[in-house]
Formats: sequence, structure tokens, C-alpha cells
Amino acid sequence: MSEARKVLLTPILTNNPIASQILGVCSALAVTTSLNVTLVMCIALTSVTAFSNLFISMIRNYIPSNIRIIVQMTIIASLVIVVDQVLKAFAYDISKQLSVFVGLIITNCIVMGRAEAYAMSNPPVPSFLDGIGNGLGYSVVLIFVATIRELLGAGKLFGFEVLPLVTDGGWYVANGLLLLPPSAFFLIAVFIWLLRTYDKGQEEKADYKLASNSKKEAL
Amino acid sequence: MEGLISLLVKAIFVENMALAFFLGMCTFLAISKKVSAAIGLGIAVIVVQTITVPVNNLLYVYVLREGALAWAGLPDVDLSFLGLLSYIGVIAAIVQIMEMVLDRFFPALYNALGVFLPLITVNCAILGASLFMVERDYNFSESVVYGIGAGVGWALAIVALAGIREKLKYSDVPKGLEGLGITFITVGLMSLGFMSFSGVSL
Repeated sequence: MSEARKVLLTPILTNNPIASQILGVCSALAVTTSLNVTLVMCIALTSVTAFSNLFISMIRNYIPSNIRIIVQMTIIASLVIVVDQVLKAFAYDISKQLSVFVGLIITNCIVMGRAEAYAMSNPPVPSFLDGIGNGLGYSVVLIFVATIRELLGAGKLFGFEVLPLVTDGGWYVANGLLLLPPSAFFLIAVFIWLLRTYDKGQEEKADYKLASNSKKEAL
Repeated sequence: MEGLISLLVKAIFVENMALAFFLGMCTFLAISKKVSAAIGLGIAVIVVQTITVPVNNLLYVYVLREGALAWAGLPDVDLSFLGLLSYIGVIAAIVQIMEMVLDRFFPALYNALGVFLPLITVNCAILGASLFMVERDYNFSESVVYGIGAGVGWALAIVALAGIREKLKYSDVPKGLEGLGITFITVGLMSLGFMSFSGVSL
């Protein structure tokens, strides 16, 4: 059982798909202005990753290697169509807010990356768990970013007022910058910084090392 | 005509694929270490966008849209749920064809683009442009202009980022923020800069 737990838990912090593998950054930034939308996106992505891993792993021995990308694409695209139709049927408002980003799960590198790196060479059950694990790793980053953006940007969580805004007679002045696109970049950078401070092994090596100052006057 | 020019400006600057919609971020971050590589990828993206968006537009208007199959005597058929699958198929096919054509007739360009061509299939900026085209109901000429604009905007952003990152190599960045972290912050600042275009309309 420990193997399964490892597969499930390592992608959450130690090998996080967004912060360490640089996969799936696109949608991480665009859908994080409110927690509701973010949660739906996380669930959608986690289920697509898990099931695409499962199905690809089931037929991995029958896929000719030179057309594997097309085969993977077809499986993923079909799953995303299912998710898209389900969202349109049961959560139409949120599906409108997510607009093209549900469709973009197809090209989300997490799904393709895990299919290629894990599902193609492992049996179905661990692949399924790996999909869930990576989906959760993605969700952790998204929820972190979305919580900060919605709380400080609009004074709300899940659409409920937490910090009463000045415009409604409260005391909190909303930080509008956090609702604009650039803030998502800064928050993800901070997340990566925190993660790498906590886990030193993930730091990147600098391309150049600064030589210490050799001039006397500077000392 | 004026509408088209304004659409072009909007697609390049105001609604920049990379900096306003965060599309194609994975390749954007991975292949922006060198200006020369960034230019190669940028050109490839422009070419692919210019072809795929209009082709997907034709596909949508004449095959997938509700009632689009009227010309084939099937006015009640609505295939729009097959959209995602068909667009990605078209993109993959066109990238493949382009690869073969370039290999046969323009080997120099083919070698310059190298590994970037197949990578473009999974670049979300390409699929994103097609999906935006469908969502906003562009007609054929608009879709051509939008394809060019989206490609140029993305290319512009990646070349600019590569230029900044080449200089950034020599700077003293806090440990832990090095590499990916500082790149995110740089992109954030660029995105702030591009927001100043948001009031521009022709």
C-alpha cells in the first residue's frame, strides 16, 4: 500500500506539477479569480487526468509508438468533451465563466505529460492514482492562489462576504490589482519561492555564479 | 476594413494571448532562455495560427454549427459537441503537413525550427485562438486577421521575455526564486506593462 501512497502523495508537494515540473501553468493563472470557478476547474482537471491515465495505461501495449500522441489526444479530447457537456448541463453559469478554459484542458500539459511519462509504462491502477495525485498537486496551487485573490481582491470567499468592503459601508479597501491578470504571476512566484525554501532540493542552479567583489574600495 | 485593423491591434496588444490570457505558458516559460530560439518558435506559431484559425472557422461554419449541414440535406444535425475533438485534430494534422512541406521544400527553415514544430500541437495558444474564434462568432475574414494577430502577439511576448531573461542571467536573484520564480515575476511585470494598452481602440 505504501507504493500507492507514494504515487498519490509525492506530486502534491515534492514533485508538484506546476511548481516543479512546470506543467499546466496556463489555466492555473486564468481561472483563479474566484474560488467557485477554481474548484470546478480543479475537479474537472483531476478527473480528466485520472481517467486519461487509466484508459491510456489499459491500452498502452497496443498503441504503436509512432502514432501514440494522436491516440492520447483522441482519448483526452473525448474525456474533455464529456466534462464539458456535463458542466453545461449541471453548472451552466460556471461553465460560461470558464469559457474556453474547459476546452483547453486538452492541451493542458499535465494531462499529456502524465500520460506520456507515467501511464505509458505503468499498470492501470497506479496510473489512475498518479492522475489523481497530480490533479491534487495542481489543485493545491490553484486553491492557494484563488483564496488570496478572492479574499484580498474582492473581500469574499466562495462569493460570501468575509471582509466587509468600504463601498458597502465596511472597513476593507479592496485591492483591485489582485483581480487583474498580473497578480496571478506574482502569487505563483511566491508559492514557488515558499516551496523551494521549505524543500531546498528543488532550487535551480544559477547559470552564472557572481564572483565576489575584488576591488578594495568596495570593501 | 477599419473593423479588421482594430481587431488586429486588439489581438496583438490588448488581448495578448500570452500576457492577458496566459495561453501557451508552458512553452512560453520553457523556450524563452535564448532569443534565437524564441524567434524561431514565434515564427512557427504565427504561421500555424494564420492557417489553423481560418481552417477551423470553415470547419465550424460548414460542418459543425447547428444547421450547418443544410448544404448536405441535413438541416437538423448539430455537431457542435464534436468541436474540441475536430479542432485539435485539424491542428495536429496541419502541424504534421507543415512539417513535411517544410522538410521537403525549405530544409533551412525546417532545421531552424527543429523540435518546436511538433511542440506547437500542444501549445494552448493555438487551440485557444480557435476556441475564442468560435465563441466570438468571427466570420472568415475576421478569423484570418485574428489568427495573424494572435500569433504575432504571442511571438512578440516570447521574444521580449527571452531578451529579458538573457540579461537576467547575470543578476543576483535570491536563492529559491532563481529560475522559474523570477521568470514568473518578470512575466507578471510584462503583463502589467501590456495592460496599459487596454484602453487603446481604433
